[in-house]
Amino acid sequence: MRQVYLDNQSNTPVDERVYNEMLPFLRENYGNAQSMHSFGFVSKDALEKARLQVSGLIGSKPEEIYFTSCASEANNLAVKGAAEALKNKGKHIIVSSIEHFSVLNCAKRLSQNGFEVTYIPADRYGIISAEDVEKAIRQDTILVSIQHANTEIGTVQQIEEISKAAKKKGILFHTDAVSTAGIIPVDVNKLGADLLTLSGQQFYGPKGAAALYIKKGTKVVPQIDGGVQEGGRRAGTENVPAIVGFGKACELAKAEMQDNYGKIIKLRDKLIDELPKKIEHIYLNGHRTNRLPGNVNFSVEFIEGEGMFLLLDQKGIYVSSGSACASKALKMSHVLTAIGCDAAVGQGSILMSLSKYNGDEDVEFVLKEFPPIVQKLREMSPLYSYFKKTGKRQEAGPGTDYEHAHEHGNEEN
Amino acid sequence: MPFYSEKVMDHFQNPRNVGEIKDADGVGEVGNPVCGDMMTFYIKVKDNRIEDVKYKTFGCGAAIAVSSMVSEMAKGKTIDEVKAITNDLVAKELGGLPSHKMHCSNLGADALHKAIENYLSKKGK
Repeated sequence: MRQVYLDNQSNTPVDERVYNEMLPFLRENYGNAQSMHSFGFVSKDALEKARLQVSGLIGSKPEEIYFTSCASEANNLAVKGAAEALKNKGKHIIVSSIEHFSVLNCAKRLSQNGFEVTYIPADRYGIISAEDVEKAIRQDTILVSIQHANTEIGTVQQIEEISKAAKKKGILFHTDAVSTAGIIPVDVNKLGADLLTLSGQQFYGPKGAAALYIKKGTKVVPQIDGGVQEGGRRAGTENVPAIVGFGKACELAKAEMQDNYGKIIKLRDKLIDELPKKIEHIYLNGHRTNRLPGNVNFSVEFIEGEGMFLLLDQKGIYVSSGSACASKALKMSHVLTAIGCDAAVGQGSILMSLSKYNGDEDVEFVLKEFPPIVQKLREMSPLYSYFKKTGKRQEAGPGTDYEHAHEHGNEEN
Repeated sequence: MPFYSEKVMDHFQNPRNVGEIKDADGVGEVGNPVCGDMMTFYIKVKDNRIEDVKYKTFGCGAAIAVSSMVSEMAKGKTIDEVKAITNDLVAKELGGLPSHKMHCSNLGADALHKAIENYLSKKGK
């Protein structure tokens, strides 16, 4: 069966050149990078080469790159590590309401431990205003953490302005650049970041390797205590094969960024322009132009996301959805909620994310297969038949079941 | 392992008895769009038996499969037999549902019972 993978925001395929680079480190070069014999040096050298490649992608010095096992770990190290390091200076931190859970839940944890958190709202396009950030800054603010772009709705922030607002007051600035690094230009100096998270699995590297950029002189308390790895800031045996792959992915991303960008954005725009011509009552989530090149996120009214993605799955099209039913927590995506997406309409959200491995034929396939799926589910939907008969949207009316709403709430965490 | 049982996928992909009954004897609705699941059931009753049953469902794969299964279980049964159908029985007939789908998607029996209540209250008048 034909397979069209459109869930690249969750994970991209590994580039063959990355894979080949990793192979020797899975078998022959198995030395521990901390060992003092010649065998260990091979791994150590590979690690340092990767550090150089990663720093090359984001314009930092190699010694400012700290490898972690994943982006969530890097975000934990940034947010909790910086808060802990600066707690004597103040206990207030600022994040946006559309951050990844690895930032939001760190903020939640900190607020349970005596910190105060301000959540900056996003506008309906997912944009965080630098002015709002500036207004939220207090005497005791120690950290601002705002993502570079939102993985789900694709909105790219004006990070330079936001970091400027923080820097003006001498406040540490972290940005989660997981969905932008390797995809669009990310330069730590231009962005004005003291801390920046990136992950190779978003741009054709393997899972298991990510990094936190820590600007020289920035204090961060380690979140994994142990040995001397990563300058004592992140203990644990280095995952050399994955880090080697991550490094190679950075090198390739830098060299091929422009080509990939041009190719992917064309596919994205075709989907964004053509789908509404074929399907009525669908709404683009996120900003039309300040948008990740591979992100297509629509809310399809009158139907629910899981039904769509299961039927797409049957056709070999792999996507994602922000609907409550599609999430294991049974809650609509916090991002759609934060941008004020109608709770009923947001249930029909569908996220298609593209990579350099997608082509025109994939887009054509989606344009052919998706509209009948929507039609099939709408024919079954009481909300759609109500709309067809009356021209009105059904209110959350008879049968409104708040007990179930509470059950949803209880399943959080 | 796939997320849903084969039987759930079959009912989801080929739902039985979808539709509306214009001159229904009873209509029952549960859930709401904000929750992500909503079902409207229509029944036609003759000689104390469910002569016909149709539904429209907004919801996930489980919600659609549940509606389809309930409609099959109810067709031709007496009112009392249908009253004995529970959400748990429906889930069992479907070969089980993922645990987190048991509460909010598994509302088919409730919707059907509401349609019967609606029928009985109309009949009582």
